[in-house]
Amino acid sequence: MDHPRAPWSTVDITVCHQALRKEEAAIGTATVTQPAVELEGITKRFPGVVANRDITMSVAKGHIHAIVGENGAGKSTLMKILYGMQRPDEGDIRIDGKPVSFHTPSDAIAAGIGMVHQHFMLADNLTVLENVILGSEPTKGGVAIDFGSARAKIKEISDAYGLGVEPDTLVEDLGVGARQRVEILKVLYRGARILILDEPTAVLVPQEVDELFDNLRGLVREGLTILFISHKLDEVLKVADAITVIRRGTTVASVEPKSVTARQLAELMVGSELPSPETRESTVTEVVAIAVSGLTVLSADGRKLIDDVSFEIHKGEVLGIAGVEGNGQAELVEAIMGMRPSTGTVRVGLERRAESEEEGTSASEDRDHAGRPASATMSMHDISAWPTLRRREHGIGYIPEDRHRHGLLLEAPLWENRILGHQTQKPNVKGIWIDRKGARADTQRIVFTYDVRTPGIEVAADALSGGNQQKLIVGREMSGDPAVLIASHPTRGVDVGAQAAIWDHLRDARAKGLAVLLISADLDELIGLSDSLKVILRGRIVADVDPANVTPEQLGSAMTGAGEAQ
Amino acid sequence: MNTFLNRLMGRVKLGGLLAVAAPILAIVFAMLITSVVLIAAGKPALDTFGWLIDNGSQPRSIVNIVNLGTTYYLAAVAVAIGFRMNLFNIGVDGQYRLAALISAAVGGAAVLPGVLNIVLVVVVAVAVGGLWAAIAGFLKVRRGVSEVISTIMLNAIATAFGSWLLIEHFGTVNGNAIATTPIPDNAHVPAAAIVPGTQLGINTFVIVAIVVGIAYAVVLSRTRFGFNLRATGRSEPAAVASGVSVKKMVLITMILSGGAAGLIGMPELLGSSFTYNTNFPAGLGFTGIAVALLGRNNAVGMAIGALLFSFLDTSSDILQLHDISPEIVKIMQGAIVLSVIIAYELAHRYRLVAEQRRVSRELLEGAAA
Ligand SMILES: Nc1ncnc2c1ncn2[C@@H]1O[C@H](COP(=O)(O)OP(=O)(O)OP(=O)(O)O)[C@@H](O)[C@H]1O
Ligand SMILES: [Mg+2]
Repeated sequence: MDHPRAPWSTVDITVCHQALRKEEAAIGTATVTQPAVELEGITKRFPGVVANRDITMSVAKGHIHAIVGENGAGKSTLMKILYGMQRPDEGDIRIDGKPVSFHTPSDAIAAGIGMVHQHFMLADNLTVLENVILGSEPTKGGVAIDFGSARAKIKEISDAYGLGVEPDTLVEDLGVGARQRVEILKVLYRGARILILDEPTAVLVPQEVDELFDNLRGLVREGLTILFISHKLDEVLKVADAITVIRRGTTVASVEPKSVTARQLAELMVGSELPSPETRESTVTEVVAIAVSGLTVLSADGRKLIDDVSFEIHKGEVLGIAGVEGNGQAELVEAIMGMRPSTGTVRVGLERRAESEEEGTSASEDRDHAGRPASATMSMHDISAWPTLRRREHGIGYIPEDRHRHGLLLEAPLWENRILGHQTQKPNVKGIWIDRKGARADTQRIVFTYDVRTPGIEVAADALSGGNQQKLIVGREMSGDPAVLIASHPTRGVDVGAQAAIWDHLRDARAKGLAVLLISADLDELIGLSDSLKVILRGRIVADVDPANVTPEQLGSAMTGAGEAQ
Repeated sequence: MNTFLNRLMGRVKLGGLLAVAAPILAIVFAMLITSVVLIAAGKPALDTFGWLIDNGSQPRSIVNIVNLGTTYYLAAVAVAIGFRMNLFNIGVDGQYRLAALISAAVGGAAVLPGVLNIVLVVVVAVAVGGLWAAIAGFLKVRRGVSEVISTIMLNAIATAFGSWLLIEHFGTVNGNAIATTPIPDNAHVPAAAIVPGTQLGINTFVIVAIVVGIAYAVVLSRTRFGFNLRATGRSEPAAVASGVSVKKMVLITMILSGGAAGLIGMPELLGSSFTYNTNFPAGLGFTGIAVALLGRNNAVGMAIGALLFSFLDTSSDILQLHDISPEIVKIMQGAIVLSVIIAYELAHRYRLVAEQRRVSRELLEGAAA
């Protein structure tokens, strides 16, 4: 049999490193073996910013090494440098003591480094097997793809690390947790001994996080080394063997998880305390802002992705939808936004909106309904047949779950991104014309109010760090005081400080009458912000939960259907 | 993302001096390549360029360059409208030929007097071009057929359909040529003999081209519609989420692109041939693609590119006198397009490095202060 020339076989991984991990104390102490990764004096500049400034750190072999820091601190940049996606301007990288210089990710892969990006890069319509071998297809006699040996190898890796990945399932049928394991498997398949995971837990619910951490522990037991980035400090403390804190591009501390609390870690990162998502007093009113009834979404092959979903959200209310990702949340949101065909009705309470169109008054004026006896002028409108644009024009804000796909024009400047989704609204346009001045000024406002860290509003959106992109989107969707906000993971990828700020903004808007549909994998956020909670499972609402009397653990098991009476 | 394709399509901009330096570099490089070819063929390279420039700067050549450039420019704009939305309208060629034929026939029928006839001809041309392009747009929206494939097919169909129309309906045989009835004198676009030293006049249709260029730039960068078009070109899912109806945009953009294509044949038809015959210039749609690439879909860039191409095509006549094949300028045109792409790429990298140096210098100064 003609095996591909992978620098890897199951055997050589399993051999040696089990014992080592225990012996290696925290970083910094002298160790018997070479550190797996050493970064020395790494500096990386981008136009207008220094992303990494003289970073020096070392990662012990067989460790789970966490990297934390606020948005824009330079974590992703550092990892991309290690993975050969970016070249450092200065500094040295050593892998197992040997100096290396990567020009492309393939160089890094050849040196045994693999990276799982924050946004998965799997092809939905291919099987796990096809996805894994994509780009490094093993061949039989140099021509035909050797599926047999690939399948065997995937099984082997999956079993060796307890990943539980089935080679022949379609990726589109997998949940996020499983997709992530496929991504990890893909990296292992290519022979990685050092694994980089950029915010791997951002999309996972607690059980999946636990499973992931079990997998990671399994990997390090086999001698692999893992670097991972996370904003969830509790998780970091739970799983990491060592933690490096990055602040404004430099390492400010290397700490042992045993010796710090999450609070201290947050202070090291941002110099502020850990926020809590507790809502203060209820602001729920009697007035219905949006009512969804009998909403059903079918897949291309006729399966029900959303099955007869109904709910109402009142002005001043946050309705949380709890569920493991992939249970119909994305489809629900897209149906409400009019981006996906559905049956059933969506109605919104419109007040004075219709009038204002006749009068031609500014949109922001008539949306400012704080303190008004809103019910007097409120009436329900069926918007089921409206296109997305019209829904947005009538005050439905939308924070998409995938900011790169649905939320941004990555190569457009920030102020053009301010216009996106609000192409017909002030201050972005005057009639058919783009109001550049207005859009720029308002972008400046968002950058200031939401603390978007950027050299300016003329830079392209892809020059911002992930968390800062998210802040820009949240700021944009909150502008012009929307009546309803459809928020998918509004704080995904933002640091603890920015998370608290976004929560405050949401609470303030809620107090002024904003109705929010909140979808989040962060159960603390979900419980803390929501006035009412519904659990979604396989496209159906299976339970109503009172957020005041539920623990994340209880909610978590409701989400997986554990408590469900079949 | 700052990818190669985005830079190629002008979606990522290069600012300042570099925007000028890159194309000049490219032209120098293209001249080098052409020189190598010339020398290999045993011809004097430097002299060849001298002859080209000499001939190209003659008054009559200048007029011809502007006139031909007008046509090239319209072709480039037609292509660029689609490019900006990631629509590859390869069918500009068929669109303008069919538009010229049908509008020539309408103009020849002289149903309206004088200037009104000119307007009618132009309107018909734009409508025909737009409608022909709309077929591709419709196929894409309804059936998901790639516009690249459908427009290439439609080019072939336009050729066959055009011959049939000309032979069976619109054409009259004159000797061994077939042509439509000439458009009457009162509906000719006047030429302005404003270049001293020659009787030849500049086709006043150049004004239309300038207006089209300005409209192209303004609509794209300053209007809601232009924003939606560029947004769709940059990211379709993001455009959908923002409320843009992508299908509508595809259709409208295709029609606009085809409509602009309809104008391509107008300077020739209304300014010099006054009839559509079998010798009507063909292949301009493909020149348009090259010029659009050269000018990075930028209104001014394409104008420069169009003039450069028409300069080469016009002044190359002289080369025959020196026993050099005029086709050498085709090599040069190809080399220019290629080297412009490369030069922009280099300029982008240079800018990045320069910018990084500036940042670090400022930081150092900041640290010292
Ligand atoms: N391609 C780029 N061009 C210009 N600047 C960039 C680019 N990529 C990153 N930056 C800048 O470098 C800095 C560090 O970004 P990086 O993505 O590494 O942050 P991060 O620590 O991963 O943040 P987050 O937690 O938000 O993901 C930011 O200021 C960012 O704006
Ligand atoms: Mg990041």
